[in-house]
Amino acid sequence: MEWDFTPALNNIDILLLGLVNTLKITGLSLCFGIPLGLLMALSRLSEFRPLSMLAAFIIEFFRTTPPLVQLFWFFFAFPILFNVNMTPFTTAIVTFSIQSSAFFAEIFRSGIQSIDRGQWEGARAIGMTRNQSLRRIILPQAVKRMIPAFMERSIELLKTTTLVSTIAYTDLMYQANDIAQKTFRPLEVYTVVALIYFVLIFCFSQLSIVIERRMARSGEGTVH
Amino acid sequence: MTELVRTESLHKQFGELEVLKGIDLSVEAGETVVLLGSSGSGKSTLLRCINFMELPTSGKVYLHGKAVGTETKGQIKYNESHLCSVRTKVGMVFQHFNLFPHMTVLQNIMEGQRTVLKRNAADSKEKSMLQLERVGLTDKAGEYPSRLSGGQKQRVAIARALAMDPDVMLFDEVTSALDPELVGEVLKTMRQLADEGMTMICVTHELGFAYHVANRVLFLNDGTILEEGNPQQILRKPETQRMCEFLEGHSLFKLPD
Repeated sequence: MEWDFTPALNNIDILLLGLVNTLKITGLSLCFGIPLGLLMALSRLSEFRPLSMLAAFIIEFFRTTPPLVQLFWFFFAFPILFNVNMTPFTTAIVTFSIQSSAFFAEIFRSGIQSIDRGQWEGARAIGMTRNQSLRRIILPQAVKRMIPAFMERSIELLKTTTLVSTIAYTDLMYQANDIAQKTFRPLEVYTVVALIYFVLIFCFSQLSIVIERRMARSGEGTVH
Repeated sequence: MTELVRTESLHKQFGELEVLKGIDLSVEAGETVVLLGSSGSGKSTLLRCINFMELPTSGKVYLHGKAVGTETKGQIKYNESHLCSVRTKVGMVFQHFNLFPHMTVLQNIMEGQRTVLKRNAADSKEKSMLQLERVGLTDKAGEYPSRLSGGQKQRVAIARALAMDPDVMLFDEVTSALDPELVGEVLKTMRQLADEGMTMICVTHELGFAYHVANRVLFLNDGTILEEGNPQQILRKPETQRMCEFLEGHSLFKLPD
């Protein structure tokens, strides 16, 4: 067995283009997924039963079905049902936004519920409405506690985006398949790709550790 | 004297459990009323019904002679935004302070003024510093609550409630979670408020405070007012067996005179 990285390295520009697309999908899905997740969490916590049940259903549905099935459904089934055409790019954004929002919703919900009831009471006692309490008192404290889970979930999302290669979107994984087949060098190409993912995610998780430490140091975590 | 708070046959039920069984209470402006009673007697619930942290099951609460809520066919409906404005006028201080840990002392006191009363930053800051001075904590304005002692936290909580310019203040066992040596500073602040003419309703186990500061003491038992009167009388010569037992339990290990 002889290692030869030249074919992989000669095509590094193609791989980097794929990396940019991977980051694009991840970033956009986060941009849509996080606010959507908050919305779903608030719906689920709503005292209006039908809304809360609907939100619970959507969240559970997207948490329990495989992302690959969801991706295929949005790519092949959704256009037939609603007579629209979706590019692989839009399909990816739609699928991963909704899919990750279901997980973000659960992070938001548990974060909000982890805040002591006394905080709601303290806010209510000075005349704040539910919305004001949530925005000014509960969420700022809850979000701090959620950051590690957010980071974890974002990394998960970044890895899940490799699935888009199956619907022919030119992400990093797709480019890798392409080059591997053209150069007959799957060993080196996939090794390089694995390293790219490793470096990317390792940096990201190091960053999250730094943020977590800084949060811990600011030390306003106690409830009373 | 003008009547500030009145409750009329106030009932509160939690599921099957009837906690308040018809409370008629009238508090005049400038009065300090102390509610005594063993745990489960309904005193905290009564307090929480007055600022609508709990909604009464039936009966009415009057503020400045006006009933809160609108009555249709014998059923009283409460509008949440109206209740919010009621709560700005009825301040409440809790056993566990409930300060906002992500805000400094000053921000804690400014929060309600900014978000609810929509006062501008300069005004609410000035007002907050004034209230901090009142509770003797101006030097702690920039600290986070986690750096304060229990007594200081409670005084900040009092300042936070006062900054809303309430007509009446409710104190719900505000010294019960404190180390014994820190109880005094909080009671001193409350006494000073009473002397300044603030209308106060206090649930407390501090009989000394009730004796020296209250204008009137109410003894609650099993959801009803069992005894009521001026503290010197009622704490010295209770009429009911139940209140005798209660007072004995509280002063069992007092130092001999």
